[in-house]
Amino acid sequence: MKPASHHTQNSYVGGHIERVEDYRFLRGEGQYLDDVSRPGQWQAAFLRSPVAHGRIVKIDASAALALPGVHAVVTANDIEGEIPTIPFRRPNPTIGPYAQPIIARDKVRYYGEPVAMVLADSAELAEDALGVIVLDIDTLPPVIAREAAMSDKVLLFDEVKTNVPTVFNADKGDAEAAFAAADYTIRDQFYTQRQTALPMETRGLLAEWDAKLGKLSVSGAAKLPFFNRKAMAKMMKLPEEAVDYIELDVGGGFGARGEFYPEDYLVAFGARKFGRPVKWIEDRREHLMAIGHSRECSSDVELAFSKDGVILGMRGSLYVNVGAYVRPNGMTPVRNAAQFMSGPYRVPAIHLDAYAFVSNKTPAGTYRGPGRYEGCFFIERLMDQAAAGLGIDRLEIRRRNLITHAEMPYPLATVLPSDGRAETQCDSGHHLEPFELVVKDSNWAEKAALQGKLIDGRYHGIAIGSFIEGGASGPQENVRMELHADGKVGLYAGSSAIGQGLETILSQIAADALELPMERIEVFHGSTTYLKEGWGSFGSRATVMGGSAVLDAAKKFLAAFKIHAAARLGVTIEEVTVSEGVARTADGRSVPLAEVVKDGINVDGSFKNQTPTYTYGTSFAHVAVDAGTGHVEVIDYVVADDVGRIINSMTLHGQVMGAAVQGFGSVFSEELVYSDEGQLMVGSLADYLVPLASDYPVVRCHSLESYPSPTNPLGAKGAGEGGIIPVGGVVANAVANALSSFGVKPNVLPLSPSRVWEMIEDARAKA
Amino acid sequence: MKLPHFDYQAPASLDEAVALLVAGDGGARPLAGGQSFVPIMAFRLAEPSMLVDLRKIPGLDQIEIGDEGVRIGAMVRWRDLLDDARLASALPLLPAAIDHVAHYQIRNRGTVGGSLAHADPAAEMPTIALTCDAVIDVIGSKGKRSIPAADLFTGPLMTSLDSDEIITSVLLPAWPASRRWGFQEFSRRRGDFALAGIAVFYDEDASGVVANAHIGAISVGDTPLRLSKAEAALNGRKIDEATLAEVAAVASGEVDPNGDIHASARYRKALVGTLLSRALSAAANRKA
Amino acid sequence: MKIELEVNGAAVSAEVTPRMTLADCLRHELHLTGTHVGCEHGVCGACTVIVNGDAVRGCLMLAVQAQGAKVTTVEGLSLEEGLTPLQQAFKHHHALQCGFCTPGMLTTLHALLTDEPEASEERIRDVISGNICRCTGYVPIIEAAMDARASYQQSRGDK
Repeated sequence: MKPASHHTQNSYVGGHIERVEDYRFLRGEGQYLDDVSRPGQWQAAFLRSPVAHGRIVKIDASAALALPGVHAVVTANDIEGEIPTIPFRRPNPTIGPYAQPIIARDKVRYYGEPVAMVLADSAELAEDALGVIVLDIDTLPPVIAREAAMSDKVLLFDEVKTNVPTVFNADKGDAEAAFAAADYTIRDQFYTQRQTALPMETRGLLAEWDAKLGKLSVSGAAKLPFFNRKAMAKMMKLPEEAVDYIELDVGGGFGARGEFYPEDYLVAFGARKFGRPVKWIEDRREHLMAIGHSRECSSDVELAFSKDGVILGMRGSLYVNVGAYVRPNGMTPVRNAAQFMSGPYRVPAIHLDAYAFVSNKTPAGTYRGPGRYEGCFFIERLMDQAAAGLGIDRLEIRRRNLITHAEMPYPLATVLPSDGRAETQCDSGHHLEPFELVVKDSNWAEKAALQGKLIDGRYHGIAIGSFIEGGASGPQENVRMELHADGKVGLYAGSSAIGQGLETILSQIAADALELPMERIEVFHGSTTYLKEGWGSFGSRATVMGGSAVLDAAKKFLAAFKIHAAARLGVTIEEVTVSEGVARTADGRSVPLAEVVKDGINVDGSFKNQTPTYTYGTSFAHVAVDAGTGHVEVIDYVVADDVGRIINSMTLHGQVMGAAVQGFGSVFSEELVYSDEGQLMVGSLADYLVPLASDYPVVRCHSLESYPSPTNPLGAKGAGEGGIIPVGGVVANAVANALSSFGVKPNVLPLSPSRVWEMIEDARAKA
Repeated sequence: MKLPHFDYQAPASLDEAVALLVAGDGGARPLAGGQSFVPIMAFRLAEPSMLVDLRKIPGLDQIEIGDEGVRIGAMVRWRDLLDDARLASALPLLPAAIDHVAHYQIRNRGTVGGSLAHADPAAEMPTIALTCDAVIDVIGSKGKRSIPAADLFTGPLMTSLDSDEIITSVLLPAWPASRRWGFQEFSRRRGDFALAGIAVFYDEDASGVVANAHIGAISVGDTPLRLSKAEAALNGRKIDEATLAEVAAVASGEVDPNGDIHASARYRKALVGTLLSRALSAAANRKA
Repeated sequence: MKIELEVNGAAVSAEVTPRMTLADCLRHELHLTGTHVGCEHGVCGACTVIVNGDAVRGCLMLAVQAQGAKVTTVEGLSLEEGLTPLQQAFKHHHALQCGFCTPGMLTTLHALLTDEPEASEERIRDVISGNICRCTGYVPIIEAAMDARASYQQSRGDK
């Protein structure tokens, strides 16, 4: 089943390889954005709308400008002409009018929207200045909830007459016919709450303008340096070559960081207008109101079954609150939820309508497993209810519906309007394999006796569920490989490092392909200065796309080495063989790689691929619920996934485990709550409750590589997000199982202690 | 989230500190551990003209255990309390409660006096002081005075202290060795502010009949609360299932908490009963 | 105001304003950028440094309060070259990904294991609950800390 791979003497790929990044991080020698300063730099701070919806009457910055050390206050009036709007990453025909302007001119549409930027000698002084700017806003009725938004009574954008930018339709087969023929149907309503990725390093930018060269340099890039360069150049009306994006160490991304945000433009605008380096470090309070939110999705969905538990069809509606504007990838979770809700199951007929609606909340974007986490929660909840309704064991109903190897490639629903990837198919795999592995490893057979049991004051429950994870987002990735003077190989990658271990992964792949020790590979990444064009790290793509491009470059690198070696040895290229960094002739003469430094090797590699990979897997949860406090303890959690080909088992497990624990935060505690007036009620890390070390001590991971992806020469699949996808559905089902004697339906997340307790109380009151 | 501008002084005596507060005319604030007050400044919810740091003033960091009880200096840190093995017998309720205070690093700087002056109804120390009928010693421009805990806490983050008064110590009355106690707190995560908490102690006679019940509640009112109705319901009873259920119901009934983004009012109200029942159960079952 | 203190074994001085936190002073005045700032309100633990032997939040202590103190940062925990046993254990167990919380994890654990080299897994979990990591799920951090205990037990024995 393994792909026909390049033969190498090395075996870094597939190993348990400690990371090359760690040395500097562990010694405090990482270099993150705020670790860099420039002489004479100004520090930016943003005045943000204190209301959800309103018209700006007046901004009076005179008192701020009078403060010592305060140099400028930039408002919309300083922007000549139209206020630029942020380009979409995945445009579709109807979202144009909803793009986010880089600063509010007339109307503010969410609490936290930038209305002015202060530039001062220090962050302290800039913040002092914010406090004395007079901002006069006439408030408008806020549009917060789905009903209010979709009624269109109050419009966010008067000129488009609707608060619904797009309705995506996901279709496959004939859903109506499937439901007409069904023996059993199950329909329910669900809600996943608004969350955010919360990387530990807040965003930050350092913009520098070189007036002589007409060049803008932006440090603090992440995820998408090349797209953002294009966006910035377009908005700044500069040629693309005049903009550089520089990537430093990045303290986590998870989908939210690195997208183009309003502040990105404004900080650069300040640097260009005033000819000073301008630095901005987002503080944690503004991070919560400014960075992309995600996951706020409600649904009314239905599954149709035959009497023996075979899924016949799926239909229903999804409603995603995308916030005040459509951000560059604001539609991704919406279309993903529709396309991927069927997930690992064979669903022959699908009709889903996924409504994106705008509201006076922070504009949404992606968070790890966008749309997939939501969809998985919905369908797994329906599957457990169907099992009960049909009287079929929960394992058995899944076995009857999981996609098998024989069905690959397996097409998912087609999503229209197209954002460039209407159709997709699972590339390879056999879902029963990780499923049975988890059944066995979780000791399901024995634990089944615990279901609903009250032991020492707590109710025990178990559940299992499966998922698919899209990865390897196209269209292309580039790398350049260069022989350095010291005989090391420089690898310049278009992929971005966001903390996931990219340097290690690409070094492993390059070292194997070049048959060199990893120490001889030096990876440079993420900055636009290294390559003409690159893409970055999103949609779990860096390993597959970047790694495959490395293979291409390595092939060319070795060919170039052969040419130089043959010339030096006075033989033809065919007479030279290369292994382990040495070119040899049959008669025993040789040229080591270091000797051709003067000849120079500098080759480009690339990998084009529009076909995503689909990692897939299963997870299991065993929980105990304290009915007195509503507290849920996760007693055991097991996840197994097949990633096609394991590049580094250590970093892979790190991704899966870290994602699973983030998922526990999603299920139990993280929530961006708004008041009815549209005020974000969560302003600190004491209120946005991410998991702590004491919360979830047990997560066990298994990784498989039974079914390599046919889409790329590595056979690998993206695997950075899968860990989080099944957590909502599986944990909610485990809670439902624990509380089965009460008949509660945990359909609304998060399962906070208060909510769990109230579900039990309400059930008791009804009984 | 940079701190606002303020002046800073670290006087070497209480008299100097009081003089600085007087000169500050309401704008100056004493600074103890700063673990609650610095974040408040970071959010610019407080912008004092001056911080008067108490760290150099001698004599405020002692834990004295004597006949009258446990006297704790205002600058004693949580960590000092947890490290003091004597408290396990002298006042076991205290370390049990302090174990719930924030996290390791905070406990290395947060102080008893600072917490009492901060008067957060969701914090442990104010409720312990109230439950134990503690007396707080303060000094100010009008001299020294002793304030019963019941008179100190006047509202959320509000006390009866004058702006030039500094807490110097708190006396927690002597604790008989046979006293029974329990502490239960429930928060969403380790170290978070409590959704609710209960501190309870009582004495009992040879037959197990309860007397002198003291019940304090955390995080279910504008101030730390004493649950006097539940205390009355408990006194004169033996601890059994019926008592637990009845006292829990009384306790739930006598609190009127607010709901917030972390929990509904209804939940908090019920949680008070649940935690009290568990605390009493632990008290009754703890081996003497 | 001028403050004088000992940082990582060296006597240093810095010109600070009263409102400057110790974390900002270390980072921006003393250019020790290994100490990270993740929330500035005392919750995330990334800014943890060791002051007079105690792990404290660098964002909740004013620089002026460090007058005369002995401060140790992640740079001060590190060797001239190579990794300490605690750092090595982090690398071995993959107890870091993006690396942003890592300095605070290391300073916290160093203070803990210096004081309590026999700390139980439960104790370590409890202590580390004051440091947020968004990448790892904490499991490998606890494993690394458990592993590193031996070297702290050894160095206590050596004293």
